[in-house]
Amino acid sequence: MAMADTAAAGTAQADAPQVTASDGVTGADAAHLTQEDRIALLRAMLQMRGIEERAMSLYRQGKVPGSFYDGYGQEAVSAGAAFAMAAEDRLCILHRDLAAHLIRGVTPTRIFSQYMGRAAGITRGRDGNVHFGDKDLGCVGMVSMLPDMMLVATGMAMAFKIRGEARCALTWFGDGSTSRGDFHEAMNWAGVQKLPVVFVLENNQYAYSTPLDKQFAVDPVRRAEAYGFEGVSVDGNDAEAMFEATRAARARAIGGEGPTLIEAVTMRMHGHAAHDDMKYVPVEQVQEWKQRDPIERQEKRLTALGVDVEALRAEVAAELDAAVTEALAGPMPTADDVLDGVFCTDEATPLGDGHAPWSGFTGSGASAQGGDR
Amino acid sequence: MATMTYLQAISSALRDEMRADERVMVMGEDIGVFGGAFKVTDGMIEEFGPDRVMDTPLAESAIIGCAVGAAVVGLRPVCEMQFSDFISCGFDQLVNVAGKMHYRQGLAVPITVRLPSGGGFSGGPFHSQNPEALFMHSPGIKVVAPSTAEDAKGLLHSAMHDPNPVCFMEHKHLYRRVKGEVREGVFETPFTARVARPGSDLVVMTYGAMVDVALQATEDLEGASIEVLDLRSLVPLDEDAILDSVARCSKVVIVDEANMTCAAGAQVAALIAEKGFEDLDGPVTRVASPDVPIPFSPPLEQAVLPGVDRVKEACRELLAY
Repeated sequence: MAMADTAAAGTAQADAPQVTASDGVTGADAAHLTQEDRIALLRAMLQMRGIEERAMSLYRQGKVPGSFYDGYGQEAVSAGAAFAMAAEDRLCILHRDLAAHLIRGVTPTRIFSQYMGRAAGITRGRDGNVHFGDKDLGCVGMVSMLPDMMLVATGMAMAFKIRGEARCALTWFGDGSTSRGDFHEAMNWAGVQKLPVVFVLENNQYAYSTPLDKQFAVDPVRRAEAYGFEGVSVDGNDAEAMFEATRAARARAIGGEGPTLIEAVTMRMHGHAAHDDMKYVPVEQVQEWKQRDPIERQEKRLTALGVDVEALRAEVAAELDAAVTEALAGPMPTADDVLDGVFCTDEATPLGDGHAPWSGFTGSGASAQGGDR
Repeated sequence: MATMTYLQAISSALRDEMRADERVMVMGEDIGVFGGAFKVTDGMIEEFGPDRVMDTPLAESAIIGCAVGAAVVGLRPVCEMQFSDFISCGFDQLVNVAGKMHYRQGLAVPITVRLPSGGGFSGGPFHSQNPEALFMHSPGIKVVAPSTAEDAKGLLHSAMHDPNPVCFMEHKHLYRRVKGEVREGVFETPFTARVARPGSDLVVMTYGAMVDVALQATEDLEGASIEVLDLRSLVPLDEDAILDSVARCSKVVIVDEANMTCAAGAQVAALIAEKGFEDLDGPVTRVASPDVPIPFSPPLEQAVLPGVDRVKEACRELLAY
């Protein structure tokens, strides 16, 4: 089996300020990824797609209440970015970023339980679909006012800077979010205070039904410069390019060089939610983006390296089928404690550390602290 | 004990907490170098430095949102809204992000939001509001409103120790007008009501600047024995103290400086209707600002804000019932 990548921890090069799209097969920015890392990226994307496909099916069977949102075709954005984050970093994860939860260590069973409003879900049925974050894994769940979490991430970064910690906060948001005030307040604040935060603008071409030309009059990545920091545009359908852009942004952040805006250019391949037939999207646009599927791209790379991709697919499918079975067997929450927990009645416990599977962190000792003070 | 103004008591609480706990920081507009629009944080930047006494961009949503982020990674931020009116710009972060976090995710958000509130000095429609009821209606946010210097300090200490978002309604008109003996050092005042003056013929229930108005209005009301109950905490609302007062006095006047509809006093009235009806000996009577923006010009503002005369009149009418 060929080992195309030999870079190990500690060999991270100086920052690459501009990230370009990869060549599609070999990966232009694989210098910091071992083969295991590249497989892990594919695994996270396969898990995300497999979970969302199964959840959509459960939704159609009436087992997922409310609505259902997925990130089909956008798996690389969350997988690549989350993979670059250290255990002690903190993430605010949005609704098309399921792979980030998986990389941080949330199990598929808990995710299925969450979708179905079951007791074993991350929010124990108190919030729906992808509105969750596992506090013990360093993540804060989103609210529906999408750019709100940009400010929460900015505040985390502010705390890291005040305490002199080499840590970074990261959040995702969409093209629609760039129109709201919290986007601007966060970009400005982070720029003024030069904070260690990474903003991932997930440009998936549509905010619900609204196309980009009704959302902004300038290329949004250029706005970073206006707020005093760097913006890069990345092929959001390339997990390795997303990883590399985020790795470089994180290096800048913890090196005291301030925030980065990463525009991940991608496409929302499904409707806004399960009810949305997406009639407002030209068929050709969807067809064109189908050719750029992020999972197929990563599979081609790994196949060329001699990795048995089919075996990986089968392994993930079996894992997810078992998780569905397990989640379905779990109880719905009882309403006994539905009024509890509005207020915290104990000591406030801050976020814990998440998983950080990238080989670049292995043995670095970076995660020794185990959570916030 | 030391004699302090209401404002000095607030400053003292902030200083004492910052000396005792390195996690505590204060953040807001013009609070550092300038010392705050009302000088509550005057001189603090010299003692604690610009990271812990942070001059922020002019962005209220960001002040609340960043405080949430800092809190969930272990800091204890105290946000200053320059005027409580400006919380409208931070409403979403406070109500949707901070307030719902613990219920949804089990993640505590220990932030205190200081809200200089209230009218009486020609602040006009955007520097005179009392927005506390907005946050009473939003699950997950505590709301307290001191009327004395001692309670200003003690309630602020309690707010800063609380693991939840707390709105601290500090009345601007009390800043330098109210003075009293205050315990020194760190102490906690519970989020419960306080009997400001015991009585048995009628009780006036109120909070904030209206406590003093109520005390003045009922000091000598044809010899009637009038209780004044200072609610102090609106969330949680001290149901036991309210119902005890109803049982003792049987007649209730509720005073809000805020606009009448759905004000804190409306909740108190509803509580009494549900749980204290049998003890009543007359209709629950409310005095509040009518539902208009608080006007600027002194005669107009005085016509709107509840004052001693209106409270007296309401008490007389109810006593005669």
